[in-house]
Amino acid sequence: MKEFFKIMGVLTITCVICAFFLAVVFSSAKEKISMNEKKRIKQAIENLAPDSVTVQELKLKDQVVYKLFDKNKKLMGYAFIAKGQGYQGTIKILSVIDPTLQKLEGIEIIESVETPGLGAKIQDDPFRKQFDGLSVLPQIECLKDQVQKNNQIQAITGATISSRAVVNILNKEIKTLEKLLKTQ
Amino acid sequence: MKSFLKGLWSEHPIFRQLLGMCPTLAVTTSALNGLSMGLAVIFVLFFSSLVVSLIKKWVPPQVRIAVYTVIIATFVTIVDIFFKAQFPDISRALGPYVPLIIVNCIILGRCEAFASKHTVVTSIVDALGMGLGFTWGLFVLGSIREIFGSGTVLGMHILSPKYNPLIVMILPAGAFLVLGFLVALMNRIEKWKASS
Repeated sequence: MKEFFKIMGVLTITCVICAFFLAVVFSSAKEKISMNEKKRIKQAIENLAPDSVTVQELKLKDQVVYKLFDKNKKLMGYAFIAKGQGYQGTIKILSVIDPTLQKLEGIEIIESVETPGLGAKIQDDPFRKQFDGLSVLPQIECLKDQVQKNNQIQAITGATISSRAVVNILNKEIKTLEKLLKTQ
Repeated sequence: MKSFLKGLWSEHPIFRQLLGMCPTLAVTTSALNGLSMGLAVIFVLFFSSLVVSLIKKWVPPQVRIAVYTVIIATFVTIVDIFFKAQFPDISRALGPYVPLIIVNCIILGRCEAFASKHTVVTSIVDALGMGLGFTWGLFVLGSIREIFGSGTVLGMHILSPKYNPLIVMILPAGAFLVLGFLVALMNRIEKWKASS
């Protein structure tokens, strides 16, 4: 019996001490982490839409949409975060789309945990750049072969699931964005 | 000194003990990935060994593995949070590698086989040796795979741009192939050394 309490005691103390340290580290880093993400989104918008001068944040239900205006205060397009299931977890994509919601300006992967060396290549330029100026009508298609139409992209060799996931997430979220903007 | 050097060669964690195979095979798609993983492992290994050797008297043998795992996981999470807050770029490049350190059996192996039986100083020396050994192993493995699989080392092109990359080297099969050759080479060298 004495043994039993000793085991329990040691485990409990270990976990409490570890949890305490983690809580301290996390709470001191939390603000910085969310700031880093905001900075990253801002940076991504600047990269994808370099002409945008003002960025207006819109809250539509739980979706955050950024309205982008050029220097003549003309609407240039929307930036939005598309989230969805990848091969190994959530993929978060920042995409910029034109005001008529027909053509993507570009995408950037904000967060993903795809397989290193394979699926993780969705973040790299050769794959990402395929979305620059891509038509989203009737929807984006993901091919294994050479692309032929302007609404198609080619999947990464060995990472078809991750490539498809990006395309599916975008297709879904663009539809959602369309609906949200209509009800606005 | 002996506890430090053995991790670098004679008891090399990857090539002699064949420990920590899953991270070894999974992360070495490029030299930089291997290097960053190795450095993160050195940190976790160092502090886990330190703490384990400090508390070894109070941990009942029945639950020692559970206690070690919690300690290791704590340090890994601290590294993860630290990278996310201070070096978001490195954190993004490492991606899922960092949490993977928890299941790296080199760390648990060293805690269980060494740190729980030796003094604090010997334990951290052993941890540093093993960590550095692991790091150079990953770096070599990652470099070879990157050269053949992408034609680059640390992102710099060293083979002519016309080189057609052997994609298999980046895929899991390439990891097994290179690892097999390196372990064979290591055994060969040991044999030469023994015979001369």
